[in-house]
Amino acid sequence: MNVLLAIVTGGLFGAGVFMLLRRNPFRLIVGLALLANAINLLIFTAAGLTRARPPLIPTGAEIPPENMADPLPQALILTAIVISFGLLAFTIVLFSRTFETLKVNDFAEMKERDE
Amino acid sequence: MLFALSAVFLMAMAAPWLGRLPSRMAGWVLSLVPLALTFFFLGKLGAVADGRTLTESWPWVPGLGVDLSFYLDGLSLMFTLLITGVGTLIFIYAGRYFHEAPAGRFFLWLSVFTGAMLGLVLAGNLITLFVFWELTSISSYFLIATDHKKESARKAALQALLVTGLGGQAFLAGSLLLGMAGGSLEIADLLTRGEAVRSHGLYLPALLLILAGAFTKSAQVPFHFWLPSAMEAPTPVSAFLHSVTMVKAGVYLLARLSPVLGGTEAWTVTVAAIGCVTMVAGAVMALFQSDMKRLLAYSTVNALGTMVFLLGIGTETAVKAAIVYVLVHSLYKGALFLVAGVVDHETGSRNVTSPRRLFRKMPIIASSAVLAGLSMAGLPPFFGYIGKELIYEGALKAPFAGFLLPTAAVTANLFLFATAALLVLRPFFGGTGETPPFHISPPEFFLGPAILGLSSLAVGIFPGLVDSTLIAGATKSVLAREIPVHLALWHGINTAFLLGILTFGAGVLLYAFRDSLERCLQGATRFAALGPARWYEWSLAVLNGTAVRQTRLLQHGRLNLYVLILFMTIAGLGLYTFFRGEGGWVLPNLLDARISEATVAGLILASAFLSIASPSRLAAVVAMGGVGYGVALIYVQFGAPDVAMTQFAVETVTVILFVLVIHRLPSYVRLSSRTSRMRDGIIALGTGGLMTLLVLAVLETGNESRLSGFFAEQAYPEGHGRNIVNVILVDFRALDTMGEITVLSLAGLGVYGLLKIRKRKEG
Repeated sequence: MNVLLAIVTGGLFGAGVFMLLRRNPFRLIVGLALLANAINLLIFTAAGLTRARPPLIPTGAEIPPENMADPLPQALILTAIVISFGLLAFTIVLFSRTFETLKVNDFAEMKERDE
Repeated sequence: MLFALSAVFLMAMAAPWLGRLPSRMAGWVLSLVPLALTFFFLGKLGAVADGRTLTESWPWVPGLGVDLSFYLDGLSLMFTLLITGVGTLIFIYAGRYFHEAPAGRFFLWLSVFTGAMLGLVLAGNLITLFVFWELTSISSYFLIATDHKKESARKAALQALLVTGLGGQAFLAGSLLLGMAGGSLEIADLLTRGEAVRSHGLYLPALLLILAGAFTKSAQVPFHFWLPSAMEAPTPVSAFLHSVTMVKAGVYLLARLSPVLGGTEAWTVTVAAIGCVTMVAGAVMALFQSDMKRLLAYSTVNALGTMVFLLGIGTETAVKAAIVYVLVHSLYKGALFLVAGVVDHETGSRNVTSPRRLFRKMPIIASSAVLAGLSMAGLPPFFGYIGKELIYEGALKAPFAGFLLPTAAVTANLFLFATAALLVLRPFFGGTGETPPFHISPPEFFLGPAILGLSSLAVGIFPGLVDSTLIAGATKSVLAREIPVHLALWHGINTAFLLGILTFGAGVLLYAFRDSLERCLQGATRFAALGPARWYEWSLAVLNGTAVRQTRLLQHGRLNLYVLILFMTIAGLGLYTFFRGEGGWVLPNLLDARISEATVAGLILASAFLSIASPSRLAAVVAMGGVGYGVALIYVQFGAPDVAMTQFAVETVTVILFVLVIHRLPSYVRLSSRTSRMRDGIIALGTGGLMTLLVLAVLETGNESRLSGFFAEQAYPEGHGRNIVNVILVDFRALDTMGEITVLSLAGLGVYGLLKIRKRKEG
């Protein structure tokens, strides 16, 4: 499964980068969303996978069970998801405002308007 | 010595306030500090003449072997006395020179310069020396541009700063190499390790770099051009920085390091040759100037060349001659510059070729000019005569190059003779025109020229005033051994004397034919236009042009290209590193995936492809949501229910957000060409492939996180929670989470703000 997820991660990265290179702002935002998922998956996979053993301490016990999933990457990813959501929301609104003001949907043209 | 130096810098701090006084008064008040220092250092004369060196040291950056240390021996003392002595006169003079305008800022920089220059000649550590060296360049920059509203002044200031600044960098590099070769940056240590340094492999690069620093500072050909340009500075500055002190810093450095670096073939050839060329070129160019200050500047180039030339020869006689000439030149050139300043100030013209009868207008000034001019021409009984005789002797006794060196020395001196005649005769005594009204200049103006001019005479008649103290001490520092120094006007009839007579005769002839010679040489000025000053302008233009082109090339403002370059670099460098390292790791088993997991993976990849390939915006957004949900399913299967829940929620909100604004966004046209899509596709594939390899490589190495174990064990006892991920977020890394919340609320504020602007515009 590791190999499969590595390929998925790479695929998502590729798709994200490709979209980041588009001239249409809308595609760029989609690219950002894809890239965010790719990065989270990278952290998750690289930390090592454990099937179906969430890092929970059973009632009554003080010490977590053996061989459970690593809690640290999960905590990191949780933070990352929320942050990238903030970024994405801001970018969407920013570009929709830009379009309303400039009536341009091409980065190349946007640059010329700027000058 | 630290105390003396601090006094000068304190004076610099006080200068802006004192500048509010009438300038005249400020000049007198400020001159008290250098005057006091002159007496302070005169008090050290006895000890130094006895052969002692005074040192002081404070740790500064001990880890790098850099100390704030001072080193006072005969050589430093001579330069110190020149700086404080002439400095006193300059401050008095400048007060009068600026009597119309407030001069606080000028006095500030003049004081900073005085301090820096003192620090330079007193420094006992190469790095300390470098710091003061640069400080003199910087204060020189501000002083040249005193009249900052004039473009030519600003240009000249920048030129001087760039040329000496580049040399300063070379000097720093050279010092560091020298420090490596000698094992210490302390001058006192290096002076005892000359043999080891000269046989070290780094000797040659260190030598060349240090020479580059000294040659730029001391205006040696081909770096001489900044000095005549620097004549844009007010005359007190030209007199002080650009003739008596700062330009001699390079000479000082050569003299200071000559026991360490000198004596080798590389030293002799480079230093003597450059000095010789500069000596002759400076003298020849000086004669054909019409501006008094530029004439003096070129003759300063000649004098600096002479000193460097003599230090390059490096024999006992030559070194003695160099030291004597430092003193000779400072006395006459300081006086002549101050005279030029008065002439400019009171008549508004500095032309030397047109005859004026200024002797009647300013008799004291004119007399001082005569005294200094006679010393410059090298006539007895002036100090300049002794200097010239020694130069000839040094050149005659040089152990190489035969008659070439004496010839060069005589040529330079006969031009210098004619220049001196031109400078003194025409403006003050020339012509038969009407006599200007009689007028005594204010004492601030004639004090400096008179004292310096009379000194040239006094020291010439009584060389015993300086020879066994100043000159002997300084010569001993340069040669690293004691030699008897007895200066006298009359040495009997010898070759040097005969050459002196030859110089006199030929000089008179040269002066008589100067104007016709100038007409003949007019064609040659065209060649002069191709000289180093042009190289400087050209390289500056090329540098600026390159900077502009490079900025245009890299900072084009196209977002896509920035991103393109970024990812190209990441993919390129990353993949290169991967394939350069030992490859051949075993591919882990593909088949350990369960069917459910493989299905999810396939779903993600298919959605990702759909989201980039779909021609419809809505479909792209839905496919993007599909990717998010798929990733969430992975989290579910591998023991991360909290993450999965958050992911589901966020993904849903994101898609809703997209759908809400989708009608406001532009329609989906295909903008890029086929080739650019191909290119982007290759970069995307490269980056994606790199990431896949990265994950595999990380998994290969295996990792044991000690942190995870700690969190897991302490979650319940310390954090009182059973969900370890939650405990990490709100307990162990609570501060991070707070930061995250802050970011999110800021983003929310931003979104709100952007929406609000629209409402107001619509309403």
